[in-house]
Amino acid sequence: MFRTDLAAIVPMLCVTLAALACMGAEAFRAKGERMPIGVLGLVGLVGAAVSTVILWDRNAGSFGVIVADNFGLFVTMVLAIVGVLTILFSSQVVERDGLPSGEYYALMLFSIVGMIMMSTATDLLVIFVALEILSLAVYVLTAIRRDHLPGTEAAFKYFLLGAFSSAFFLYGIAFTYGVTGSTRLAAVGSYLSAQSMTDNPMILLALGLLLVGFAFKISAVPFHMWTPDAYEGAPAIVAGFMSTGVKAAAFAAFARVFLSAFEPFKDDWAPVVAVVAIATMVLGTVVGVAQSNLKRMLAYSSIAHGGYLLVGLVAANQVGKAAILFYLLAYSVTNLAAFGVIAMLGTREAANDSLRDYAGLWYARPALAALMTVCLLSLGGLPPTAGFIGKWYIFSAAVSAGYYGLAIVGVLTSVISVFFYLRIVVMMYMAERDGAPAPARLGAVGLAALAVSTAAIIYLGVLPTPVLDLAARSIATIF
Amino acid sequence: MLTLSWALPLAGAVLLLLIGNADGRRNGLIRWLALVLSLASFAVTLALWARFDASSAEFQFVERVPWIPAFGIDYYVGIDGISLLLVVLTGFLTPIALLSSWESIERKVKEFSIFILALEAAMIGVFVSLDLFLFYVFWDAMLVPMYFLIGIWGYDQRIYAAVKFMLYTMAGSVLMLVAILGLAYLHSEATGSYSFDVVKLYTLDLAPETQRWFFLAFTVAFAIKVPLFPFHTWLPDAHVQAPTAGSIILAGVLLKMGTYGLVRFSFPLFPVAAAEFAPWIALLAVIGIVYGALVAMVQPDMKKLVAYSSVSHLGFVVLGICAMNVQGVQGAVYQMLAHGVSTGGLFLIVGMLSDRRHTRLIAEFGGLKQVMPRLTAAFLIITLASIGMPALNGFIGEFLTMVGAFLWDPRFVVPAGLGVILSAVYMLWMFQRVYLGNVTHEENAALPDLTPREWASVVPLCALAIVMGVLPAIFLAPMEPSVRRVVEQVRSVQPLRVDNEMQNAKFKMQTERTLPQPGEVRRALNPVAP
Repeated sequence: MFRTDLAAIVPMLCVTLAALACMGAEAFRAKGERMPIGVLGLVGLVGAAVSTVILWDRNAGSFGVIVADNFGLFVTMVLAIVGVLTILFSSQVVERDGLPSGEYYALMLFSIVGMIMMSTATDLLVIFVALEILSLAVYVLTAIRRDHLPGTEAAFKYFLLGAFSSAFFLYGIAFTYGVTGSTRLAAVGSYLSAQSMTDNPMILLALGLLLVGFAFKISAVPFHMWTPDAYEGAPAIVAGFMSTGVKAAAFAAFARVFLSAFEPFKDDWAPVVAVVAIATMVLGTVVGVAQSNLKRMLAYSSIAHGGYLLVGLVAANQVGKAAILFYLLAYSVTNLAAFGVIAMLGTREAANDSLRDYAGLWYARPALAALMTVCLLSLGGLPPTAGFIGKWYIFSAAVSAGYYGLAIVGVLTSVISVFFYLRIVVMMYMAERDGAPAPARLGAVGLAALAVSTAAIIYLGVLPTPVLDLAARSIATIF
Repeated sequence: MLTLSWALPLAGAVLLLLIGNADGRRNGLIRWLALVLSLASFAVTLALWARFDASSAEFQFVERVPWIPAFGIDYYVGIDGISLLLVVLTGFLTPIALLSSWESIERKVKEFSIFILALEAAMIGVFVSLDLFLFYVFWDAMLVPMYFLIGIWGYDQRIYAAVKFMLYTMAGSVLMLVAILGLAYLHSEATGSYSFDVVKLYTLDLAPETQRWFFLAFTVAFAIKVPLFPFHTWLPDAHVQAPTAGSIILAGVLLKMGTYGLVRFSFPLFPVAAAEFAPWIALLAVIGIVYGALVAMVQPDMKKLVAYSSVSHLGFVVLGICAMNVQGVQGAVYQMLAHGVSTGGLFLIVGMLSDRRHTRLIAEFGGLKQVMPRLTAAFLIITLASIGMPALNGFIGEFLTMVGAFLWDPRFVVPAGLGVILSAVYMLWMFQRVYLGNVTHEENAALPDLTPREWASVVPLCALAIVMGVLPAIFLAPMEPSVRRVVEQVRSVQPLRVDNEMQNAKFKMQTERTLPQPGEVRRALNPVAP
């Protein structure tokens, strides 16, 4: 009995143990000694991935608040991939920037624990706890370079606004509990669908407050303000981690809460989310055009991608739910790889993340430029890449749910977004190098990770069927 | 077999990618390899033609493999008479484009060849796809290599031109994507399963209101590509800034993807809406014919002149398609091929001049006939082909489209005829200023004539222009059954929309008049051919 009860939290346990091991290793590390601490994290994440595969289709539950259903496991898998890629890209950065490697990896792993918990939790309070675990770790990661003022500033902004949003979220939970008498999603859902309480202001208030909390974490307009600052100030690879891992976890919880417990109120929240989605897509792309710093540009792009994911949420049909899962995977791999490139091109002294720094990169580092181009084309949604299939899936969900307007806004904004991705490509391929020094030697591990991500992007773009089927089967178990 | 036609160039591109060429020491090898690969692809397209059953209107060489079964997406390719010839045209122009850049491209030869081959693969893919999803993938994938070709190897304003080209085309095509999704969804409403299979979607019964929206979404995407006035503003930039090879492919094949889309998708998928909008599209086409010609006349830059002439010539194609009778559509397809050959040739020779003098301004030349008589002769043939001189390829296409348009609505023929005259004016005037008279610039006095490599690229074009003008039956015969099928398919639905009895009768008369017996067109044009 006890053993089956624990099954659902095995992935989290693996990562937690790895995080603890990292802390332990750091304690035993002599000053200046090089220790492959990241490998410990990799072991933990691979363990989590393996246990995810084993738990597949078993629908294990723990303590009534964590459920390892296929939906959650799919997201867990995405998070494990995000974690592995982040660690691989970090290997070069940690050494170069002199980051405290034990703390760095431990914080990252702890935040992944929070993310996995968030995507498998079925109780509002547990979701909140998970949210706090991941947020606190990410706040610290943002400011991991203590000698770096912009990083500290970014972390401070992120922390203050994040604290506000957590309060909103908590308030939403309180109201939900007040009306329904439970924080379990299943209980809330059955209460809400049993009672006819469409016009109950309390429940609408709870919905609104929860929406604000989630909107902040997925940086949906108008709660996106922190995103560009935080991404710009954080080390590039941490920004990549935030833009993919945090978003994936928050979306998983968002979808779970709104599509299961609050499904009866879809008519109330769907129009609001639709408006938020449109605003997010439009603002993300239009403001992104004006950026000259790559990290800010990708920050706005990730805001826009949040908007596309929201379209899938609004559509809320079978296609839409599976589309969210596929899109999360495609977007995570792509975006992380793009941030990985930025991270690899930086130096300890300068981040080298302004558009100008990419001038003529193709001439100096043809392979790196080509891989970056594939990532950017995928973000822009051009075939044959994962990004194209993801967008196509999301928009076909919108169209089949009758939201033609959303789909049209989506495709038009994705054209605008192509414009700013192309600005980077133009710089890399069509601008002269201006005698800028060739970038520093690139880490072999990072390059290998980049090559693997690019291969995955192309694979998902050409033969998406296995993953699409997997995504479709994942949502069959819940909702 | 059909898969090979697009997979071979793509495999070639991958092969080139694997060849190390860091300091350009293998440029020669890469040039030859790319040329051989493109010739092999051309051979494949010719083999397709040889084995094509010209008497059948069905799709041939069909291959079908499930790709994304959950959405009814198949890898589904096949060609009929219309797409067959466009595939052959693509195969024909690619080696010429590679030859044209043999010496003018010195930088990053490997990447250049890769992009050209990838572009060829995507273009052939567009013409052979019978699944809308697959079609869209190739349609959008094609943008990427073209974007790089213009942006990296183009002239001064290349970045602006490349970005404009990409954004314009994408803006149109994403709306088509929404319409494609909508179609697949409506198919699932009607039959219970998603499908992107264009043959199945032809049979879908759509409400007129839906048809209007979807038709507009598809047609705007194609109109931008054609380009139909007023969507043409990307074209002069892209054509002028692209390297010669890019211009040849852009004018020769890419523009045809738009008109091909109209014939294959817009009109047959949404016949009712097509009938409603056809007069308006035809109006835009005629405006484009005259406007393109007038603007071409005043261009000081030869490349820009040729670019605007494309706007004018493609207007004929669209006009023929709008007429939607056998002559009109046959003329349109013929004009697509003819324009590919003649405009490809014009860009090729203008490129040769530009390589020699590093300028394309008409005023910088003059009296070239005395210096380079052979190049002049080739240019003259191509020029005459382009303005529609009888016995050369341009004539057949323009004549047939105008016959088709006349049978449909004679009012459109008058301005179109004016366009023919104007095209003679601007082309011959340019010819006169560049080639005739005395050598006005010293720099031009010692320009070399055609080199053997240039011979190899010019002769096939000139020869084809003549063959297409003298023996049109070779090209008309395989497309005729397919054209007839498309026309009947579109026409069979249209009379339903006419409630008025009299209009109905008029319509019927017109239909009868516009559908000659099989072979009639061919015989009328070429009594000696079988």
